[in-house]
Amino acid sequence: MKIGAGALLPSGITAIALAACGATSTSGRSASADPLNGSITVFAASSLTSAFNTAEKGLELDHPGFTAQYSYGSSQTLVSQLINGAPADVIATANTSTMQQLVAKGLVDTPQAFCKNKLEIIVAPGNPKGIKTLADLAAQGLLVVLAAPGVPVGDYATKALKAANVTLTPKSLQLDDALVVEQVESGNADAALVFVTDVVAAGNKVTGIPIPDAQNVIGTYEVAVLKASANQGAAQAFVTSAVSGDVQTQLLADGFLKPS
Amino acid sequence: MTRGVTRRPLLGLLIPAAVAVLFIALPLIGLLLHVDWSNLPSELVSSDVLTALRLSLECSIIAVAISLVIGVPLAYLLARTSLPGRRLIRGLVTLPLVLPPVVGGIALQTALGRTTPIGTVLDHFGIVLPFSTAGAAIAEAFVGFPFLVITVEAGLRQRDDRFEEVAATLGARPWRRFWRVTMPLAAPSIAAGAALCWARALGEFGATITFAGSFPGTTETLPIAAYTSFEGSGQIGMAITLSLLLLAISILVLVVLRDRWLGALQ
Repeated sequence: MKIGAGALLPSGITAIALAACGATSTSGRSASADPLNGSITVFAASSLTSAFNTAEKGLELDHPGFTAQYSYGSSQTLVSQLINGAPADVIATANTSTMQQLVAKGLVDTPQAFCKNKLEIIVAPGNPKGIKTLADLAAQGLLVVLAAPGVPVGDYATKALKAANVTLTPKSLQLDDALVVEQVESGNADAALVFVTDVVAAGNKVTGIPIPDAQNVIGTYEVAVLKASANQGAAQAFVTSAVSGDVQTQLLADGFLKPS
Repeated sequence: MTRGVTRRPLLGLLIPAAVAVLFIALPLIGLLLHVDWSNLPSELVSSDVLTALRLSLECSIIAVAISLVIGVPLAYLLARTSLPGRRLIRGLVTLPLVLPPVVGGIALQTALGRTTPIGTVLDHFGIVLPFSTAGAAIAEAFVGFPFLVITVEAGLRQRDDRFEEVAATLGARPWRRFWRVTMPLAAPSIAAGAALCWARALGEFGATITFAGSFPGTTETLPIAAYTSFEGSGQIGMAITLSLLLLAISILVLVVLRDRWLGALQ
Protein backbone atom coordinates (compact mmCIF):
# COMPACT_ATOMS: atom_id res chain seq x y z
CA MET A 1 0.00 0.00 0.00
CA LYS A 2 1.26 3.44 -0.88
CA ILE A 3 1.01 6.31 1.51
CA GLY A 4 -0.58 8.77 -0.95
CA ALA A 5 -3.72 6.70 -1.19
CA GLY A 6 -3.96 6.25 2.55
CA ALA A 7 -3.85 9.94 3.28
CA LEU A 8 -7.03 10.50 1.27
CA LEU A 9 -9.11 7.94 3.13
CA PRO A 10 -11.35 8.69 6.15
CA SER A 11 -9.37 8.97 9.36
CA GLY A 12 -10.15 5.55 10.82
CA ILE A 13 -9.04 3.72 7.73
CA THR A 14 -6.12 6.10 7.28
CA ALA A 15 -5.00 5.14 10.74
CA ILE A 16 -4.83 1.47 9.97
CA ALA A 17 -3.35 2.08 6.55
CA LEU A 18 -0.61 4.24 8.02
CA ALA A 19 0.22 1.76 10.69
CA ALA A 20 0.55 -0.87 8.01
CA CYS A 21 3.07 1.14 6.09
CA GLY A 22 6.78 0.53 6.29
CA ALA A 23 9.35 2.51 8.24
CA THR A 24 10.10 4.57 5.15
CA SER A 25 6.61 6.03 5.00
CA THR A 26 7.36 9.35 6.61
CA SER A 27 5.57 11.66 4.19
CA GLY A 28 1.92 12.62 3.96
CA ARG A 29 1.03 11.85 7.54
CA SER A 30 -0.29 14.35 10.01
CA ALA A 31 0.49 13.78 13.67
CA SER A 32 -3.16 13.97 14.70
CA ALA A 33 -4.13 11.16 12.32
CA ASP A 34 -1.46 8.79 13.68
CA PRO A 35 -3.26 6.17 15.76
CA LEU A 36 0.02 4.90 17.22
CA ASN A 37 -0.11 7.49 19.93
CA GLY A 38 0.01 7.44 23.68
CA SER A 39 1.04 4.47 25.74
CA ILE A 40 -0.06 0.85 25.55
CA THR A 41 0.81 -2.31 27.43
CA VAL A 42 1.54 -5.40 25.37
CA PHE A 43 1.49 -8.88 26.90
CA ALA A 44 3.55 -11.14 24.64
CA ALA A 45 4.87 -14.69 24.54
CA SER A 46 8.50 -14.71 25.66
CA SER A 47 9.67 -15.93 22.23
CA LEU A 48 8.58 -12.52 20.89
CA THR A 49 10.90 -10.63 23.26
CA SER A 50 13.71 -9.87 20.85
CA ALA A 51 11.53 -9.09 17.81
CA PHE A 52 9.12 -6.85 19.74
CA ASN A 53 11.89 -5.00 21.57
CA THR A 54 13.68 -4.29 18.29
CA ALA A 55 10.44 -3.27 16.56
CA GLU A 56 9.61 -0.98 19.47
CA LYS A 57 12.69 1.18 18.83
CA GLY A 58 11.57 1.73 15.22
CA LEU A 59 7.98 2.43 16.26
CA GLU A 60 9.04 5.04 18.78
CA LEU A 61 11.25 6.75 16.17
CA ASP A 62 8.51 6.74 13.52
CA HIS A 63 5.68 7.63 15.89
CA PRO A 64 6.78 10.26 18.38
CA GLY A 65 4.41 10.17 21.30
CA PHE A 66 3.97 6.40 21.15
CA THR A 67 5.40 4.09 23.76
CA ALA A 68 4.63 0.50 24.64
CA GLN A 69 5.45 -1.43 27.78
CA TYR A 70 5.96 -5.11 27.26
CA SER A 71 5.36 -7.94 29.66
CA TYR A 72 6.89 -11.17 28.41
CA GLY A 73 6.17 -14.62 29.76
CA SER A 74 4.66 -17.96 28.96
CA SER A 75 1.44 -17.44 26.99
CA GLN A 76 -0.49 -19.41 29.61
CA THR A 77 0.90 -17.24 32.43
CA LEU A 78 -0.06 -14.06 30.61
CA VAL A 79 -3.52 -15.35 29.76
CA SER A 80 -4.09 -16.39 33.41
CA GLN A 81 -3.01 -12.92 34.52
CA LEU A 82 -5.42 -11.28 32.04
CA ILE A 83 -8.28 -13.50 33.19
CA ASN A 84 -7.46 -12.41 36.74
CA GLY A 85 -7.77 -8.78 35.70
CA ALA A 86 -4.25 -7.70 34.75
CA PRO A 87 -4.43 -4.45 32.74
CA ALA A 88 -3.19 -4.69 29.15
CA ASP A 89 -4.09 -3.39 25.70
CA VAL A 90 -2.71 -6.12 23.43
CA ILE A 91 -2.04 -9.82 23.93
CA ALA A 92 0.13 -11.95 21.62
CA THR A 93 0.25 -15.69 22.29
CA ALA A 94 2.46 -18.43 20.89
CA ASN A 95 -0.47 -20.73 20.19
CA THR A 96 -4.17 -20.57 19.54
CA SER A 97 -5.46 -22.53 22.54
CA THR A 98 -4.33 -20.03 25.19
CA MET A 99 -5.85 -17.19 23.13
CA GLN A 100 -9.05 -19.21 22.92
CA GLN A 101 -9.39 -18.98 26.73
CA LEU A 102 -9.58 -15.20 26.39
CA VAL A 103 -12.12 -15.47 23.56
CA ALA A 104 -14.23 -17.80 25.70
CA LYS A 105 -14.17 -15.29 28.57
CA GLY A 106 -15.15 -12.50 26.19
CA LEU A 107 -12.02 -10.52 26.99
CA VAL A 108 -10.86 -10.06 23.39
CA ASP A 109 -12.42 -9.64 19.97
CA THR A 110 -11.53 -11.96 17.10
CA PRO A 111 -7.79 -12.73 17.34
CA GLN A 112 -5.64 -12.57 14.22
CA ALA A 113 -2.88 -14.99 13.26
CA PHE A 114 0.25 -12.91 12.71
CA CYS A 115 3.17 -15.31 12.42
CA LYS A 116 4.30 -18.89 12.77
CA ASN A 117 7.27 -20.53 14.41
CA LYS A 118 8.82 -23.96 14.41
CA LEU A 119 11.00 -25.97 16.71
CA GLU A 120 14.73 -26.41 16.69
CA ILE A 121 17.09 -28.44 18.85
CA ILE A 122 19.33 -26.16 20.90
CA VAL A 123 22.74 -27.33 22.15
CA ALA A 124 25.98 -25.88 23.51
CA PRO A 125 28.06 -23.89 20.99
CA GLY A 126 29.70 -26.19 18.46
CA ASN A 127 27.42 -29.12 19.36
CA PRO A 128 29.99 -31.04 21.49
CA LYS A 129 27.61 -34.00 21.96
CA GLY A 130 27.14 -34.40 18.19
CA ILE A 131 23.34 -34.28 18.24
CA LYS A 132 21.77 -34.48 14.79
CA THR A 133 18.17 -35.63 15.16
CA LEU A 134 15.27 -35.76 17.61
CA ALA A 135 16.09 -39.42 18.20
CA ASP A 136 19.59 -38.46 19.43
CA LEU A 137 17.94 -36.64 22.36
CA ALA A 138 16.98 -39.96 23.92
CA ALA A 139 20.66 -40.97 24.29
CA GLN A 140 21.68 -42.33 27.69
CA GLY A 141 23.09 -39.69 30.03
CA LEU A 142 22.08 -36.72 27.89
CA LEU A 143 20.52 -33.95 29.99
CA VAL A 144 17.51 -32.56 28.16
CA VAL A 145 15.15 -29.87 29.43
CA LEU A 146 11.79 -28.91 27.96
CA ALA A 147 9.18 -26.29 28.65
CA ALA A 148 6.34 -27.32 30.96
CA PRO A 149 3.05 -28.74 29.67
CA GLY A 150 0.61 -25.91 29.04
CA VAL A 151 3.45 -23.65 27.90
CA PRO A 152 3.10 -23.52 24.08
CA VAL A 153 6.69 -24.44 23.23
CA GLY A 154 6.46 -27.31 25.73
CA ASP A 155 3.30 -28.63 24.12
CA TYR A 156 4.83 -28.36 20.64
CA ALA A 157 7.96 -30.19 21.81
CA THR A 158 5.91 -33.01 23.33
CA LYS A 159 3.97 -33.30 20.07
CA ALA A 160 7.12 -33.40 17.94
CA LEU A 161 8.79 -36.03 20.13
CA LYS A 162 5.66 -38.16 20.09
CA ALA A 163 5.34 -37.92 16.30
CA ALA A 164 8.99 -38.93 15.96
CA ASN A 165 8.43 -41.83 18.39
CA VAL A 166 11.12 -40.54 20.75
CA THR A 167 10.68 -41.26 24.45
CA LEU A 168 12.77 -39.23 26.85
CA THR A 169 12.57 -37.98 30.40
CA PRO A 170 13.43 -34.30 30.60
CA LYS A 171 15.44 -33.16 33.61
CA SER A 172 13.35 -30.08 34.16
CA LEU A 173 10.15 -28.52 32.87
CA GLN A 174 10.79 -24.80 32.61
CA LEU A 175 8.05 -22.19 32.69
CA ASP A 176 8.90 -20.48 29.42
CA ASP A 177 11.29 -20.83 26.52
CA ALA A 178 13.63 -18.13 27.84
CA LEU A 179 14.20 -20.27 30.94
CA VAL A 180 14.79 -23.33 28.74
CA VAL A 181 17.42 -21.49 26.68
CA GLU A 182 19.05 -20.26 29.88
CA GLN A 183 19.65 -23.84 31.07
CA VAL A 184 21.48 -24.71 27.84
CA GLU A 185 23.44 -21.44 27.88
CA SER A 186 24.61 -22.12 31.43
CA GLY A 187 25.72 -25.63 30.49
CA ASN A 188 23.39 -27.29 33.00
CA ALA A 189 21.51 -28.97 30.18
CA ASP A 190 23.01 -30.61 27.11
CA ALA A 191 20.07 -30.01 24.81
CA ALA A 192 16.54 -28.65 24.65
CA LEU A 193 13.72 -28.02 22.23
CA VAL A 194 12.80 -24.38 21.64
CA PHE A 195 11.57 -22.18 18.81
CA VAL A 196 13.88 -21.45 15.87
CA THR A 197 13.60 -17.77 16.80
CA ASP A 198 14.84 -18.44 20.35
CA VAL A 199 18.02 -19.85 18.83
CA VAL A 200 18.39 -16.76 16.61
CA ALA A 201 17.86 -14.49 19.63
CA ALA A 202 20.43 -16.36 21.74
CA GLY A 203 23.12 -15.60 19.15
CA ASN A 204 26.46 -17.38 19.48
CA LYS A 205 25.85 -18.61 23.02
CA VAL A 206 24.12 -21.69 21.61
CA THR A 207 23.97 -23.74 18.43
CA GLY A 208 20.73 -24.72 16.70
CA ILE A 209 20.16 -28.08 15.04
CA PRO A 210 17.31 -27.82 12.50
CA ILE A 211 14.49 -30.35 12.61
CA PRO A 212 13.15 -31.46 9.19
CA ASP A 213 9.68 -30.07 8.46
CA ALA A 214 8.23 -33.56 8.30
CA GLN A 215 9.09 -34.04 11.99
CA ASN A 216 8.59 -30.44 13.04
CA VAL A 217 5.61 -28.72 14.61
CA ILE A 218 4.59 -25.40 13.15
CA GLY A 219 2.90 -23.21 15.76
CA THR A 220 0.63 -20.28 14.94
CA TYR A 221 0.87 -17.06 16.95
CA GLU A 222 -2.20 -14.91 17.52
CA VAL A 223 -2.61 -11.31 18.53
CA ALA A 224 -5.70 -9.45 19.77
CA VAL A 225 -6.81 -6.20 21.33
CA LEU A 226 -8.20 -6.47 24.83
CA LYS A 227 -11.78 -5.20 25.06
CA ALA A 228 -10.86 -3.44 28.29
CA SER A 229 -8.09 -1.43 26.60
CA ALA A 230 -8.34 2.29 27.29
CA ASN A 231 -6.39 3.07 24.12
CA GLN A 232 -8.21 1.05 21.47
CA GLY A 233 -6.81 3.14 18.62
CA ALA A 234 -3.16 2.52 19.41
CA ALA A 235 -3.83 -1.09 20.41
CA GLN A 236 -5.55 -1.78 17.08
CA ALA A 237 -2.77 -0.01 15.18
CA PHE A 238 -0.17 -2.14 16.98
CA VAL A 239 -2.07 -5.30 16.03
CA THR A 240 -2.23 -4.14 12.42
CA SER A 241 1.50 -3.48 12.47
CA ALA A 242 2.09 -6.97 13.83
CA VAL A 243 -0.06 -8.52 11.11
CA SER A 244 1.23 -6.54 8.13
CA GLY A 245 3.37 -3.57 9.18
CA ASP A 246 6.73 -2.72 10.68
CA VAL A 247 6.38 -5.22 13.50
CA GLN A 248 5.65 -7.95 10.96
CA THR A 249 8.79 -6.96 9.01
CA GLN A 250 10.85 -7.30 12.18
CA LEU A 251 9.30 -10.69 12.98
CA LEU A 252 10.26 -12.04 9.56
CA ALA A 253 13.77 -10.62 9.97
CA ASP A 254 14.09 -12.49 13.28
CA GLY A 255 13.22 -15.84 11.77
CA PHE A 256 9.45 -16.03 12.29
CA LEU A 257 7.41 -17.45 9.41
CA LYS A 258 4.51 -15.72 7.64
CA PRO A 259 1.11 -16.49 9.15
CA SER A 260 -0.12 -18.26 6.04
CA MET B 1 -1.01 1.62 90.12
CA THR B 2 -1.58 2.52 86.52
CA ARG B 3 -3.80 -0.45 85.80
CA GLY B 4 -6.91 1.58 84.94
CA VAL B 5 -4.97 3.78 82.53
CA THR B 6 -3.12 1.12 80.57
CA ARG B 7 -5.96 -1.35 80.22
CA ARG B 8 -8.31 0.99 78.40
CA PRO B 9 -7.84 0.47 74.63
CA LEU B 10 -7.09 3.57 72.59
CA LEU B 11 -9.81 3.76 69.97
CA GLY B 12 -7.45 5.41 67.53
CA LEU B 13 -5.27 2.30 67.61
CA LEU B 14 -8.16 -0.08 67.25
CA ILE B 15 -8.88 0.75 63.61
CA PRO B 16 -5.35 0.24 62.19
CA ALA B 17 -5.06 -2.86 64.36
CA ALA B 18 -8.29 -4.24 62.89
CA VAL B 19 -6.97 -3.47 59.39
CA ALA B 20 -3.80 -5.35 60.29
CA VAL B 21 -5.76 -8.44 61.31
CA LEU B 22 -7.90 -8.27 58.16
CA PHE B 23 -4.77 -7.76 56.07
CA ILE B 24 -3.54 -11.20 57.10
CA ALA B 25 -6.94 -12.87 57.38
CA LEU B 26 -8.61 -11.74 54.12
CA PRO B 27 -6.26 -13.49 51.68
CA LEU B 28 -6.58 -16.68 53.71
CA ILE B 29 -10.37 -16.36 53.70
CA GLY B 30 -10.24 -15.74 49.95
CA LEU B 31 -8.22 -18.92 49.51
CA LEU B 32 -10.72 -20.92 51.60
CA LEU B 33 -13.68 -19.49 49.65
CA HIS B 34 -12.16 -20.68 46.38
CA VAL B 35 -11.55 -24.23 47.50
CA ASP B 36 -13.64 -26.71 45.56
CA TRP B 37 -14.54 -28.76 48.62
CA SER B 38 -16.35 -31.50 46.69
CA ASN B 39 -13.29 -32.25 44.56
CA LEU B 40 -10.80 -31.65 47.35
CA PRO B 41 -10.53 -35.20 48.73
CA SER B 42 -9.90 -36.74 45.31
CA GLU B 43 -7.43 -33.99 44.37
CA LEU B 44 -5.54 -34.36 47.64
CA VAL B 45 -4.89 -38.03 47.01
CA SER B 46 -4.23 -37.60 43.28
CA SER B 47 -0.83 -38.87 42.21
CA ASP B 48 0.34 -35.34 41.29
CA VAL B 49 -0.27 -34.01 44.80
CA LEU B 50 1.09 -37.10 46.55
CA THR B 51 4.25 -37.01 44.41
CA ALA B 52 4.86 -33.36 45.28
CA LEU B 53 4.08 -33.98 48.96
CA ARG B 54 6.45 -36.95 49.18
CA LEU B 55 9.20 -34.99 47.43
CA SER B 56 8.65 -31.95 49.65
CA LEU B 57 8.94 -34.08 52.80
CA GLU B 58 12.03 -35.83 51.43
CA CYS B 59 13.82 -32.60 50.47
CA SER B 60 12.92 -30.71 53.63
CA ILE B 61 14.02 -33.58 55.88
CA ILE B 62 17.34 -33.87 54.03
CA ALA B 63 17.69 -30.08 54.37
CA VAL B 64 17.15 -30.33 58.14
CA ALA B 65 19.63 -33.21 58.37
CA ILE B 66 22.28 -31.19 56.51
CA SER B 67 21.54 -28.20 58.72
CA LEU B 68 21.83 -30.25 61.92
CA VAL B 69 25.13 -31.82 60.94
CA ILE B 70 26.82 -28.55 60.01
CA GLY B 71 24.67 -26.04 61.90
CA VAL B 72 24.84 -27.34 65.47
CA PRO B 73 28.66 -27.43 65.58
CA LEU B 74 28.77 -23.91 64.16
CA ALA B 75 26.18 -22.67 66.68
CA TYR B 76 28.22 -24.24 69.51
CA LEU B 77 31.45 -22.62 68.37
CA LEU B 78 29.74 -19.25 67.93
CA ALA B 79 28.12 -19.42 71.38
CA ARG B 80 30.82 -20.98 73.49
CA THR B 81 34.21 -20.05 72.10
CA SER B 82 36.03 -16.88 71.17
CA LEU B 83 36.35 -17.97 67.57
CA PRO B 84 38.18 -15.26 65.59
CA GLY B 85 35.85 -13.39 63.21
CA ARG B 86 32.81 -14.59 65.10
CA ARG B 87 30.71 -11.51 64.31
CA LEU B 88 31.55 -11.76 60.63
CA ILE B 89 30.63 -15.45 60.57
CA ARG B 90 27.39 -14.76 62.42
CA GLY B 91 26.50 -12.07 59.90
CA LEU B 92 27.32 -14.39 57.01
CA VAL B 93 25.17 -17.17 58.44
CA THR B 94 22.27 -14.75 58.95
CA LEU B 95 22.50 -13.47 55.37
CA PRO B 96 20.24 -16.13 53.76
CA LEU B 97 17.47 -14.93 56.11
CA VAL B 98 17.31 -11.56 54.38
CA LEU B 99 18.68 -12.49 50.96
CA PRO B 100 15.99 -12.88 48.28
CA PRO B 101 15.82 -16.66 47.75
CA VAL B 102 16.17 -16.31 43.99
CA VAL B 103 19.55 -14.64 44.59
CA GLY B 104 20.49 -17.66 46.69
CA GLY B 105 19.50 -19.89 43.77
CA ILE B 106 21.60 -17.92 41.31
CA ALA B 107 24.52 -17.94 43.75
CA LEU B 108 24.25 -21.72 44.20
CA GLN B 109 24.11 -22.02 40.41
CA THR B 110 27.35 -20.06 40.00
CA ALA B 111 29.07 -22.17 42.67
CA LEU B 112 27.66 -25.65 42.07
CA GLY B 113 26.25 -25.51 38.53
CA ARG B 114 27.28 -28.21 36.11
CA THR B 115 29.98 -26.16 34.34
CA THR B 116 31.53 -24.71 37.52
CA PRO B 117 34.79 -26.25 38.86
CA ILE B 118 32.93 -28.15 41.61
CA GLY B 119 30.14 -29.09 39.19
CA THR B 120 32.62 -30.43 36.67
CA VAL B 121 34.17 -32.73 39.27
CA LEU B 122 30.73 -33.94 40.41
CA ASP B 123 29.63 -34.42 36.78
CA HIS B 124 32.64 -36.71 36.37
CA PHE B 125 31.04 -39.00 38.95
CA GLY B 126 27.66 -38.69 37.25
CA ILE B 127 26.29 -36.22 39.80
CA VAL B 128 24.55 -33.13 38.47
CA LEU B 129 23.14 -31.07 41.33
CA PRO B 130 20.87 -28.83 39.23
CA PHE B 131 17.78 -30.87 38.28
CA SER B 132 18.36 -33.36 41.11
CA THR B 133 16.55 -33.93 44.38
CA ALA B 134 19.88 -33.42 46.15
CA GLY B 135 20.14 -30.03 44.48
CA ALA B 136 16.64 -29.09 45.66
CA ALA B 137 17.54 -30.20 49.20
CA ILE B 138 20.76 -28.14 49.13
CA ALA B 139 18.81 -25.06 48.02
CA GLU B 140 16.34 -25.61 50.86
CA ALA B 141 19.15 -26.11 53.37
CA PHE B 142 20.84 -22.91 52.20
CA VAL B 143 17.71 -20.94 52.98
CA GLY B 144 16.64 -22.87 56.09
CA PHE B 145 19.79 -23.48 58.09
CA PRO B 146 20.25 -19.93 59.48
CA PHE B 147 17.06 -20.54 61.49
CA LEU B 148 18.68 -23.54 63.12
CA VAL B 149 22.03 -21.88 63.81
CA ILE B 150 20.49 -18.74 65.30
CA THR B 151 18.01 -20.64 67.47
CA VAL B 152 20.58 -23.10 68.78
CA GLU B 153 23.17 -20.40 69.39
CA ALA B 154 20.64 -18.33 71.34
CA GLY B 155 19.74 -21.40 73.39
CA LEU B 156 23.38 -22.19 74.19
CA ARG B 157 24.26 -18.61 75.14
CA GLN B 158 21.37 -18.15 77.53
CA ARG B 159 22.24 -21.11 79.68
CA ASP B 160 24.94 -20.80 82.31
CA ASP B 161 27.72 -23.35 82.07
CA ARG B 162 27.72 -24.56 85.68
CA PHE B 163 26.64 -28.04 84.63
CA GLU B 164 29.62 -28.36 82.30
CA GLU B 165 31.92 -27.07 85.05
CA VAL B 166 30.56 -29.60 87.51
CA ALA B 167 30.98 -32.34 84.90
CA ALA B 168 34.56 -31.16 84.37
CA THR B 169 35.35 -31.21 88.09
CA LEU B 170 33.95 -34.72 88.18
CA GLY B 171 36.53 -35.66 85.57
CA ALA B 172 34.43 -35.81 82.38
CA ARG B 173 36.51 -35.34 79.24
CA PRO B 174 35.56 -32.52 76.79
CA TRP B 175 33.82 -34.78 74.24
CA ARG B 176 31.97 -36.60 76.99
CA ARG B 177 30.84 -33.26 78.47
CA PHE B 178 29.69 -32.14 74.99
CA TRP B 179 27.61 -35.25 74.34
CA ARG B 180 26.33 -35.99 77.85
CA VAL B 181 25.80 -32.47 79.22
CA THR B 182 25.80 -29.73 76.59
CA MET B 183 23.75 -31.48 73.91
CA PRO B 184 20.97 -32.78 76.19
CA LEU B 185 20.61 -29.31 77.71
CA ALA B 186 20.51 -27.76 74.24
CA ALA B 187 17.94 -30.28 73.01
CA PRO B 188 14.88 -27.95 73.26
CA SER B 189 16.55 -25.21 71.25
CA ILE B 190 17.86 -27.74 68.71
CA ALA B 191 14.34 -29.10 68.31
CA ALA B 192 12.88 -25.60 67.93
CA GLY B 193 15.60 -24.64 65.45
CA ALA B 194 15.10 -27.82 63.46
CA ALA B 195 11.34 -27.24 63.31
CA LEU B 196 11.76 -23.65 62.11
CA CYS B 197 14.37 -24.77 59.60
CA TRP B 198 12.05 -27.54 58.39
CA ALA B 199 9.09 -25.18 57.97
CA ARG B 200 11.23 -22.75 56.00
CA ALA B 201 12.65 -25.55 53.84
CA LEU B 202 9.18 -26.91 53.15
CA GLY B 203 7.98 -23.54 51.90
CA GLU B 204 11.13 -22.78 49.92
CA PHE B 205 10.49 -21.80 46.32
CA GLY B 206 12.81 -19.22 44.77
CA ALA B 207 16.19 -20.76 45.42
CA THR B 208 14.92 -24.24 44.57
CA ILE B 209 13.34 -23.46 41.19
CA THR B 210 16.29 -21.25 40.21
CA PHE B 211 18.97 -23.77 41.14
CA ALA B 212 17.24 -27.12 40.67
CA GLY B 213 14.55 -26.45 38.07
CA SER B 214 11.19 -28.15 38.19
CA PHE B 215 10.29 -31.72 37.39
CA PRO B 216 7.55 -33.81 39.01
CA GLY B 217 9.02 -36.31 41.46
CA THR B 218 12.56 -34.94 41.24
CA THR B 219 12.55 -31.22 42.00
CA GLU B 220 8.91 -30.08 41.79
CA THR B 221 8.13 -29.57 45.47
CA LEU B 222 4.70 -28.50 46.79
CA PRO B 223 5.26 -24.73 46.45
CA ILE B 224 6.72 -25.17 42.97
CA ALA B 225 3.82 -27.44 41.97
CA ALA B 226 1.39 -24.78 43.22
CA TYR B 227 3.18 -22.15 41.18
CA THR B 228 3.43 -24.20 37.98
CA SER B 229 -0.26 -25.18 38.25
CA PHE B 230 -1.18 -21.54 38.64
CA GLU B 231 1.17 -19.95 36.12
CA GLY B 232 2.27 -22.65 33.72
CA SER B 233 -0.83 -24.66 32.98
CA GLY B 234 -3.53 -22.35 34.31
CA GLN B 235 -5.01 -25.00 36.62
CA ILE B 236 -6.14 -22.57 39.30
CA GLY B 237 -8.12 -25.27 41.10
CA MET B 238 -5.06 -27.48 41.57
CA ALA B 239 -3.01 -24.47 42.69
CA ILE B 240 -5.59 -23.72 45.37
CA THR B 241 -5.66 -27.33 46.55
CA LEU B 242 -1.86 -27.34 46.89
CA SER B 243 -1.96 -23.97 48.66
CA LEU B 244 -4.52 -25.30 51.11
CA LEU B 245 -2.29 -28.28 51.84
CA LEU B 246 0.68 -25.99 52.55
CA LEU B 247 -1.50 -23.74 54.69
CA ALA B 248 -2.63 -26.75 56.74
CA ILE B 249 0.96 -27.89 57.25
CA SER B 250 2.00 -24.38 58.31
CA ILE B 251 -0.81 -24.17 60.86
CA LEU B 252 0.15 -27.61 62.16
CA VAL B 253 3.76 -26.47 62.64
CA LEU B 254 2.60 -23.41 64.57
CA VAL B 255 0.27 -25.40 66.80
CA VAL B 256 2.86 -28.06 67.56
CA LEU B 257 5.59 -25.49 68.17
CA ARG B 258 3.59 -23.04 70.20
CA ASP B 259 4.00 -24.43 73.67
CA ARG B 260 6.45 -27.26 73.37
CA TRP B 261 9.39 -25.68 71.65
CA LEU B 262 9.08 -21.96 71.13
CA GLY B 263 9.57 -21.58 74.89
CA ALA B 264 13.23 -22.27 74.23
CA LEU B 265 13.41 -18.99 72.35
CA GLN B 266 12.01 -16.86 75.14
